[in-house]
Amino acid sequence: MLRYLKLLAVQMRISVASGMAYRADFLIEGVTSLAWMALTLLPYYVLFADRASVADWDAASGLIVIAYFLGIRGVLEGVVSPSFVDLVERIRSGAFDYVLLKPVDAQAIVSASRFEPWKIFDLLGAIALIIYAFAKKGHAPAGVDIVLGILLFVAGVLAMYALWMLCAAASFWVVRLDNLTYLLGAIFDTGRWPVHVFPRAWRLVFTFVIPIAVMTTYPAMALLGLLDAKATLATIGGALALLVISRLIWRAAIRSYTSASS
Amino acid sequence: MKLPRAVRALPTMLRIGVAETVAYRGEFLVWMLTTSMPLVMLGLWTKVAEEQPFRGYTAESFVAYYLSNLIVRNLTGSWVAWQVSEDIRLGSMSMRLLRPIHPMVAYAASHLAAVPFRTAIALPIAAILLVSSGASALTTEPLQLALLVPSLVMGWMITFCVLFAIGSLAFFIMRAMALLNVYFGLFSLFSGYLLPIPLLPGPIRAAAEVLPFRFMLSAPVELMTRHLDGDQLAALLAGQIAWTLASLWIALAVFRRGVRRFEAVGG
Repeated sequence: MLRYLKLLAVQMRISVASGMAYRADFLIEGVTSLAWMALTLLPYYVLFADRASVADWDAASGLIVIAYFLGIRGVLEGVVSPSFVDLVERIRSGAFDYVLLKPVDAQAIVSASRFEPWKIFDLLGAIALIIYAFAKKGHAPAGVDIVLGILLFVAGVLAMYALWMLCAAASFWVVRLDNLTYLLGAIFDTGRWPVHVFPRAWRLVFTFVIPIAVMTTYPAMALLGLLDAKATLATIGGALALLVISRLIWRAAIRSYTSASS
Repeated sequence: MKLPRAVRALPTMLRIGVAETVAYRGEFLVWMLTTSMPLVMLGLWTKVAEEQPFRGYTAESFVAYYLSNLIVRNLTGSWVAWQVSEDIRLGSMSMRLLRPIHPMVAYAASHLAAVPFRTAIALPIAAILLVSSGASALTTEPLQLALLVPSLVMGWMITFCVLFAIGSLAFFIMRAMALLNVYFGLFSLFSGYLLPIPLLPGPIRAAAEVLPFRFMLSAPVELMTRHLDGDQLAALLAGQIAWTLASLWIALAVFRRGVRRFEAVGG
């Protein structure tokens, strides 16, 4: 275990070092990240300027869903996506052979092979948004709800990671599948809205087929103290189940890996 | 001399374009499917308007608006910026420059060849629109419907030229693709892609009226979904014509300046 943590630290250090090489990007990324946040918030502003609530979500509670969305997207674009791009490239070029030869689990290497350090701004922005939302509500969340909110954020990150890992596994069979992540990214965008504001059929899809709701809506409800114990356990259980499934499919995919080179 | 040559080469270029689209059909389809934002907004706003109409918009008018939006976006969208900047970065632009046809014409031909495929995707959406509740919110004005095709053509032209200009910026800067993200943000905001322009807050709406983005997407959508009086119609078309000419001029100017300093990396 210690070995894996060391490995993670090394990979992170390399990414930060190469990130520092492009310091000007720091400013560009910061500005772009703020601009995208403003754009994300605009439909909310338009909607809640006219309405007190939609499907029982008021403006402040909706902001918390957005905060979770920004947080998960920060992890996605900061760790999962860059590593995924790296992996697809390795499979295509045959360099994946070397990963398999290393005396550690291949999944551990490929899932965190590259970082975008500047994406930390998205996480900070998300936290700021949560503080603002609760200031607007006029009360702080209860201690137990904070714990649940953090726990479900982790579950959401795991569910998202598992979903992307399934795509990664698929790229062993169909090489040009990085396109699929664009599609997944587009679907993930719906997570900025509470799942309840969508028509019923969409709600079922986003909860059970592509569990976007598990990543943003339910954690936000937990932080607000609106999620009952059963739903909390189901959310965490669902995320873990997805993780196990993606692990199994990944193992099967590795077995059918036929190197591209040599 | 130059124009007839380009015209003679057109059938061949179109054939190549069709072959390219067929070869990359998977990518093409996925790329089309990622323009799902209008569908998300559709789900959201119809639910909102079902509770009670939102600033004059009923659920039906939202359905009509976002499905028209999706159709126009499918027909006029373009990936020429990626092509141009990649060709510059990897050096294959030199080959294109050697040919006796302006590269912009060649890119345009390859994009025109994709129009039948785009139509094949847009038609089912149009069918859904016509049988859905949104049909009642579509316009029936003969003049507006007659102007729809020219408006779509101009929307396509403006989008193509603006993206061609952005791609050509790769002659000058390394990170032209980062600019594309900025472009897409501005486009979502000002073109009516995210929200109908009348719903935008005051200052943003005022900017949207004059910027080119409205004329890429919102103009044909407005023709389909809103009743426009004579003055509004004239203003809309004048804006489209003006931006078509302006964007064409900008694209050619950026490209010409860029070629002068082109160093043909690789080759």
